[in-house]
Amino acid sequence: MLPGFGPTFGFSVLYISLIILVPLSTLLVYVSGMTWAEYWGAITDPRVLSSYRVTILGALYSTILVCVIGFLFAWIITRYDFPGKRLLDSLMDLPFALPTAVAGLTLSALFAPSGWIGQWFAAMDIKIAYAFPGIVLAMIFTSIPFIVRSVQPVLEDLKGEYEEAASMLGANKWQTFSRVLFPAVRPALIAGASQAFIRSLGEFGAVIMIAGNIPFETEVTSLMLFVRLQEFNYQAAAAIASVVLIASLLLLFVLQWWQSNFLDKYEDK
Amino acid sequence: MSGQKPDSVGQWLLIGLGVVFAIVLLVLPLALIFTMALGDGLAAMWSNLTEDYMLHAIGLTVLAAVVAVPVNILFGIMLAWCITHYEFKGKKLLQALVNIPYATSPVVAGFCYLILFGRESALGQWLSANDIQVVFAWPAIISVTLFVTSPYVARILIPLIRAQGLDEEVTALTLGANGWQIFTKVTLPNIKWGLLYGAVLSNARAVGEYGAVAVVSGTIMNQTLTLPLLVDQLNNDYKVAAAFTAASVLALMALITLVLKILMEWLQKRKEARHIQPVPGRG
Repeated sequence: MLPGFGPTFGFSVLYISLIILVPLSTLLVYVSGMTWAEYWGAITDPRVLSSYRVTILGALYSTILVCVIGFLFAWIITRYDFPGKRLLDSLMDLPFALPTAVAGLTLSALFAPSGWIGQWFAAMDIKIAYAFPGIVLAMIFTSIPFIVRSVQPVLEDLKGEYEEAASMLGANKWQTFSRVLFPAVRPALIAGASQAFIRSLGEFGAVIMIAGNIPFETEVTSLMLFVRLQEFNYQAAAAIASVVLIASLLLLFVLQWWQSNFLDKYEDK
Repeated sequence: MSGQKPDSVGQWLLIGLGVVFAIVLLVLPLALIFTMALGDGLAAMWSNLTEDYMLHAIGLTVLAAVVAVPVNILFGIMLAWCITHYEFKGKKLLQALVNIPYATSPVVAGFCYLILFGRESALGQWLSANDIQVVFAWPAIISVTLFVTSPYVARILIPLIRAQGLDEEVTALTLGANGWQIFTKVTLPNIKWGLLYGAVLSNARAVGEYGAVAVVSGTIMNQTLTLPLLVDQLNNDYKVAAAFTAASVLALMALITLVLKILMEWLQKRKEARHIQPVPGRG
């Protein structure tokens, strides 16, 4: 056995405890000091309830759209040779590299009614920045790499022989795609989509810069938490934070359980 | 990454559609940052850049990254070594726990630290009794930066070390090398580019973190404003050109990150190609 188990294990556990577990459990301890009525009141306040709706709907729509857009990006990058392809491939990581507040700032300027793109939508009477579509747009932006980088390696691996085999057996292009390629990519797409969804639920910087933040209409839950903090209502903030935290941890563990189960089955074949 | 030449109208349409999406969602937002920053001319941009509050924000942002990145490199190496070299109970749990910062909303994370170090907790009361300012000051900013950047290095190193296999390390052990020698002479040369890549990603996140820092910073001009917070602050004050100037500094860092990422992936791949690979071992 290689040396080093004691120090590396000890350090890792200590660090995870100090940096991750202690702060998160502090929140839960703090919340447990509230009465049930206070807690329930804070998390079911009508303004907070509508923030759940805005956040979940925004994350849902953006995840569906980014699945399509991200799949298209991954598809053309892996399948075709065209000028600017390498640049396109590199750009896919921009949303990871660009700070979210900067992304929100520039997207809101771009899609504002006077902006380069927003003016075209304004002419059609469609409002994107400072309205709900802006939230979806910001979430799409931050989610792009999750989809592209999970789907791309699978598409890369699948190239060639599967499609040839399918077409030799008489499948047309659509059948090859829907019966052969898509089922093989689906697990990676679902994994990427789940990460994008979880990320979108918690996204703050990009969203608040573009959302307009109108109570009951375009306030996301992260912002509600921030609003309660600025009112110095720490208890209500903590209650909302605990809901967000528990929901995202549940999603994370369901995703990891599903991934490890699926991958085990996949490897058994 | 070689594809075929598109040979039908449909394929060209797909490519065209993809390129349009990329231009609208990625290229134009990036171009707009620099256009707006230069909106009042180069001289105005330079004077915005050299304002006290800008220089202070850059300094604080760099400080947070300079502390958080090395600490998380150390943590990433420790955790990856532990996960890939041994079988033990709770290994899956450890791997799941390190992913928590990915899934946690940054605002929630910042709030947890606010409670931990604030007057609401025993620790916070002790800190304030001893006149140690943590919340609304740089120590809290560094702490939340450590939290949000903690998974990156470990997540990149674990699959990399697994793919290398354990054969070389076991051979070094039988030849009498100690743990430190095995790490520095055998493991590290194989993973160095991946490690740097992890450092680059951690750095990008450390520099760009907004939500978590916004909660613990108290947003005090010239004291606790990092660059992303300054972007928001200037924008709220309707100093649009100045806001975009601060944004352009961050966008420039993002572009450098992208270039470094490409370079490191290429170097790591070259390393792996040169490496004579046995059947990939599993740790």
